[in-house]
Amino acid sequence: MKLYKKRDVAIISAAATKCGEHWDKGLKDLAWEAGVKAVEEAGISGKDIEYLVVGNMSGGMFVGQEHIGALVADFLGLNPIPSLRVEGACASGGIAFFQGYMAVASGLYDIVAVGGVEKMTDVEQEHATTALSGAMDFEWEAYFGATFPGIYALMARRYMHEYGLKKETLAKVAVKNHYHGSMNFLAHFRNRISLDEALYAPMVADPLGKYDCCPISDGAALVILAPLEIARKYTDTPIIVKSSAMASDTLSLLKRRDICTLDATVHAAEKAFRLAHIERSQVNLIEVHDCFTIAEILAIEDLGFAKKGEGWKMCDEGQTYVGGNLPVNTDGGLKASGHPVGATGVKQIVEIVKQLRGEVERGRQVNNAEVGLAHNVGGSGATAVVTILARG
Amino acid sequence: MSHIAPPAHWRRAKERYRLLGSKCENCGSTFFPPTKVCPKCRRKGKIAQTEFSGKGKIYSYTIIHSAPKMFEKYTPYILALVELEEGPKVMSQIVDCKPEEVKIGMDVEACFRKLFEQDGEGVISYGFKFRPADNSWKTSY
Ligand SMILES: [Zn+2]
Repeated sequence: MKLYKKRDVAIISAAATKCGEHWDKGLKDLAWEAGVKAVEEAGISGKDIEYLVVGNMSGGMFVGQEHIGALVADFLGLNPIPSLRVEGACASGGIAFFQGYMAVASGLYDIVAVGGVEKMTDVEQEHATTALSGAMDFEWEAYFGATFPGIYALMARRYMHEYGLKKETLAKVAVKNHYHGSMNFLAHFRNRISLDEALYAPMVADPLGKYDCCPISDGAALVILAPLEIARKYTDTPIIVKSSAMASDTLSLLKRRDICTLDATVHAAEKAFRLAHIERSQVNLIEVHDCFTIAEILAIEDLGFAKKGEGWKMCDEGQTYVGGNLPVNTDGGLKASGHPVGATGVKQIVEIVKQLRGEVERGRQVNNAEVGLAHNVGGSGATAVVTILARG
Repeated sequence: MSHIAPPAHWRRAKERYRLLGSKCENCGSTFFPPTKVCPKCRRKGKIAQTEFSGKGKIYSYTIIHSAPKMFEKYTPYILALVELEEGPKVMSQIVDCKPEEVKIGMDVEACFRKLFEQDGEGVISYGFKFRPADNSWKTSY
């Protein structure tokens, strides 16, 4: 039996930096920019923040900096509050949110800041790729020549074999995400691409080409949480955290029950929907972890919005565009809006918050959105976090 | 991949050279990579080392065009998930096979090959790769 009663939690402000190659900004500058925007939006003072959680995958390998929790607190002028960095590869941001949510829901803290930051472009691409490959099993995958795109390519190839997916549909996912990204002022890439460009781009790991893979980006995001009962003191448009759930799976693909399913996503989603008392049909938009185009298709299925083997049809028919039955990645997703790994999970939540408040750019705003879902994955699916948000 | 210290190569060498995995003597499940716990039996499980036959089928594959430095000279190479006849899957390169010839379901067998050389230090790592199974004797008689 649980000893405490869970409190309802709301997001009172949410902000993100532009993603991209920020030559003029380091890790601290990016964290500061997102932090200041969020604090100003909430109309609070830094002194009101009681606890800080920061998602960061690999400050050590990307910029030679560890001890990110205290560092960000220092740079935001928040010392001496408790501050920690959490890591779960590309899901670090989602985990940070899950931790911050627990801190408020449990009653331990009232005002909690959840940030995510990654500075990836200070090192050569080769080195950044090495850092990212640490998200898979080192001894039995990377050691034998596996690359990160290679792992997702193995999933894609098997999925094509089992369910009849064609490369054209993968290309359509990239085209859609670039289209949404073109309307997002904070996106890494704001160019639209044609189906042929995506389809005939150079191969990275067959069947995945250049446009099937997300970029390496710098960026940061930060949201501020408060108990729902006092949230209206800070904002007229609190966004309610209906649930946040997390699950784990094997790091290596070779040990999975089925390589076309991310079981961690399935478990996290089932729990999140159960806790939120919300049906899939009530969800107006989703932000999913499309590190590769195939991942967007798998996510739609594993979150329960389509049966296994049929999610690709929604992408093929264009139902995932803004205006479609289920808008997916309205900010451009990881593909176009960027993937600053440790920040991504928080950045997705910022997008859902802005959408629910009706604050995003024209053309990509989902009309009257009431409920949104964010889905963040680490590595090839060893960690998944699913968060469901609703308008207050 | 960043620098790998010699002991880190050495401690996995036997498993990588001979395709050694684990078997639970309680329920009969086999595992690869080697494990210390049987997730089905947990405390009741009894884990022992087992050597796989090296025969299997390609479960999925990709052609790697963009690889880390130590694998660059092999590009484009075939990376596959091989389903062993004993059940577990292994990740491995497929050699002696052209990228356009590889197929899901293809019979393959393990062989012993060089995996990569580490920059500057002369440490060469070896392990299994897989190649198309030699069925020529079956068709010639
Ligand atoms: Zn057992």
